[in-house]
Amino acid sequence: MEGNRWRQALARTRRTAFGRLASLVGATDLSSAFWEGLEETLVQADLGIKIAQTLITDLKEISRAEGLTRGDQILERLHTLLLRSLEMVPNPEPEMRPLVIILVGVNGSGKTTSAARIAHRWLSSGDKVMLAAADTYRAAASEQLEIWGDRLGVEVITGQSGSDPGAVVYNAAQATLARDVDVLIVDTSGRMHTEHNLMAELQKICRVAGKVIPGAPHQVLLVLDATTGQNGLAQAQAFTDAVDVTGVIVAKLDSSARGGVGFAINSVLGLPIQYVGFGETLEDLSAFDAEAFVDGLLAESETVPRHEFPAPNPHSINSNS
Amino acid sequence: MLSAGRSLSAKQTVRRLVCQSWCAKMFETLTERLQGVFRNLSRRGKLRPADVDTALQEIRLALLEADVHYQVVKDFLETVREESLGEDISRSLNPAQQVVGILNRELIVTLGEPAPLTLVGEKPRAIMLVGLQGSGKTTTAAKLARWLRGHGERVWMVAADPRRPAAAEQLKVLGDEIGVPVFFDPKLSPPNLCEAGKEEASKGGASVVILDTAGRSQLDQPMMEELRDIRDAIHPVEVLLVADAMTGQEALRIAQGFQEPLGLTGMILSKMDGDARGGAAISMRVVTGVPIKFIGTGEARDALETFDPNRLASRILGMGDLRGLYEKAEGSFDMDQAGQQAARLLQGEFTLEDFLEQLAMMRRMGPLGKLLEMFPTGFGGANLQVDGNVAERQLIRTQAIIQSMTSDERRRPDLLNASRKRRIASGSGTTVQEVNQLLRQYKQMRRMFKKAGKRGMTGLPFKLR
Ligand SMILES: Nc1nc2c(ncn2[C@@H]2O[C@H](COP(=O)(O)OP(=O)(O)OP(=O)(O)O)[C@@H](O)[C@H]2O)c(=O)[nH]1
Ligand SMILES: Nc1nc2c(ncn2[C@@H]2O[C@H](COP(=O)(O)OP(=O)(O)OP(=O)(O)O)[C@@H](O)[C@H]2O)c(=O)[nH]1
Ligand SMILES: [Mg+2]
Ligand SMILES: [Mg+2]
Repeated sequence: MEGNRWRQALARTRRTAFGRLASLVGATDLSSAFWEGLEETLVQADLGIKIAQTLITDLKEISRAEGLTRGDQILERLHTLLLRSLEMVPNPEPEMRPLVIILVGVNGSGKTTSAARIAHRWLSSGDKVMLAAADTYRAAASEQLEIWGDRLGVEVITGQSGSDPGAVVYNAAQATLARDVDVLIVDTSGRMHTEHNLMAELQKICRVAGKVIPGAPHQVLLVLDATTGQNGLAQAQAFTDAVDVTGVIVAKLDSSARGGVGFAINSVLGLPIQYVGFGETLEDLSAFDAEAFVDGLLAESETVPRHEFPAPNPHSINSNS
Repeated sequence: MLSAGRSLSAKQTVRRLVCQSWCAKMFETLTERLQGVFRNLSRRGKLRPADVDTALQEIRLALLEADVHYQVVKDFLETVREESLGEDISRSLNPAQQVVGILNRELIVTLGEPAPLTLVGEKPRAIMLVGLQGSGKTTTAAKLARWLRGHGERVWMVAADPRRPAAAEQLKVLGDEIGVPVFFDPKLSPPNLCEAGKEEASKGGASVVILDTAGRSQLDQPMMEELRDIRDAIHPVEVLLVADAMTGQEALRIAQGFQEPLGLTGMILSKMDGDARGGAAISMRVVTGVPIKFIGTGEARDALETFDPNRLASRILGMGDLRGLYEKAEGSFDMDQAGQQAARLLQGEFTLEDFLEQLAMMRRMGPLGKLLEMFPTGFGGANLQVDGNVAERQLIRTQAIIQSMTSDERRRPDLLNASRKRRIASGSGTTVQEVNQLLRQYKQMRRMFKKAGKRGMTGLPFKLR
């Protein structure tokens, strides 16, 4: 199972499931400390305070209705509740060929690396793959993708630095048809979801792809950095508004962050998580697995002891306000 | 015209217009939310504990939604509570303003004063940039190099990232663009590479050398070891953590994870040009105690600013980056024209021509989405934030409606009867309802300006700095 690689990667950064919470279970069952600990765990996983509070309200309701008295029972229900919210399974991989996949997202989230990793996946299922470097803006972005292309033995269509990314996509789509490519993967430049012009550029990229290859893009994947906080929701909202995002890739899940905003995006916007990335090599990407994700969400979340906070400097108040 | 004695500069007037006509209507600020909480509070004596606690609940939500760490929020609210209970209700402020004031003050204290780079000791002085993958180190290295050169330094950069594909290439391209030499040697390990780079820079007469290290997780022991080796070989005057402003709860442990083994001297918060609240800054500052030295505000080479705690505090509280907005407004308004217009507006002579002009000014200030981010947002959470695109589209429609009117109609909107409205609607591709709606808005604004003119500066919802 490919989920195993993911779990192994997580095992390096996560300790026991329910980590700190598990220690609250026992003598202090369903005390206010238990509920607060639960809230803390959920918030620290970046689920957001609103989702955390909703989950807790639901759990309290369940415990009343079912007469639950023990913390471990609640944790079990929580697990189920989270899994059920994630039922939104990833879309099946499209069957049509040529298949056009476009990766979008804010700056530095992991698009280029994910493009290479997705190329690797399609290659191993026997498809002929092509990469398009539609990031003509960032310094050496094409070179970065070209290096991945070399390693994969995959052709990379590039454009001049500063040239129109739409033109790169046009050329790549033409080349896809001409060379009988099965899967074209387009890497776009990172852009803040608040930049109207750049979002319009993305719309154009999608249009151009569709002009050459009817129905394209078949997959638009939003790459989200797992360390992102509540802003991830605004990102997902804006990218979904601009283009037909079909799913999310939560990259960098091997970091110490739990990627809870991926859950929030899934439950608030109904966007499925398609893949997760958990490292910097070609193998470090796997299809989404709700169980593994939920386990990761609830894994140990240590608190920082109070005494480690240095006191703020009283002389640092700015006087000009 | 305005008399000189009113001492309202054109700039201030414009600020007020922008502020009143847009933010007051569109957004609910934390102050307003708290106003609701405090509505029944008596105006005399100290703030009552129960009222303060209700207010703190609201504040707690706002801070958590801004991504401030759970534990940090808890400690922080304790301080604000104590401060609030100790304070007498002042006559000039209502309780909500007062609590927000305390909160704001505490945030500013916590965020700390902006600190300069410490460039001391033997040259070249090394600045080491560290951080997670993709946080913005390489881009920031180039921005910093450009900034330092502008301050008279002779800068070199060292590409100490042999891992990420084309990382050195990226730095070289940036170096070429800004005219700063870049040292790289793929055969050397990062610590040796940094040493060699520093030596080379020294020979080249550099006064500062910036080390761009590879992104890494703070949990990765061997990689953290590597950073220590670099530090011990180079003795940098600054070890700066470059952190993404969009970071969530984990910011605290990330910062701690770099601080403990390395001993940071400061932080740079990148990607502040998005609409993230930036609460991560609070967590990182609290856990490391080191100052935030710069913020990154875009991908361009000049998108680096010195840190301003006042601005960040307002932003974390969802009160918007008002100062940033004013600066933007100043850049795009013709002050004389705006001043004259403002004077007329305040006397209640606000025509649809003026309205149109205002809209044009708004649009000149850049994409509306970007502008809106700078306004205070209620704290409904990211998903409830006002959609810049929708607002922008509305703005364009409004403009189209006014542009379809004759100049007579623009000056005297009461001329607009049903058949004229139908003509305007079809001319602008809108509906009569939309035309009516616009007229209602216009009348409302005219009333507001007239009131503002009578009241002077006190009508402002926010303190101007
Ligand atoms: N640990 C870890 N690092 C990752 C992962 N995905 C990407 N990275 C690293 O994150 C950094 C940024 O990745 P890129 O793929 O260049 O990100 P991007 O979204 O293309 O960035 P821009 O094009 O600049 O917007 C690189 O150092 C990658 O090696 C992941 O799943 N885990
Ligand atoms: N919008 C915006 N983008 C930024 C800012 N700073 C950096 N970036 C972008 O963020 C992405 C990642 O930046 P890099 O400088 O490559 O990040 P890095 O930390 O060197 O990445 P690694 O070396 O892979 O760890 C690039 O697309 C940059 O253009 C900023 O302040 N605002
Ligand atoms: Mg990229
Ligand atoms: Mg880099």
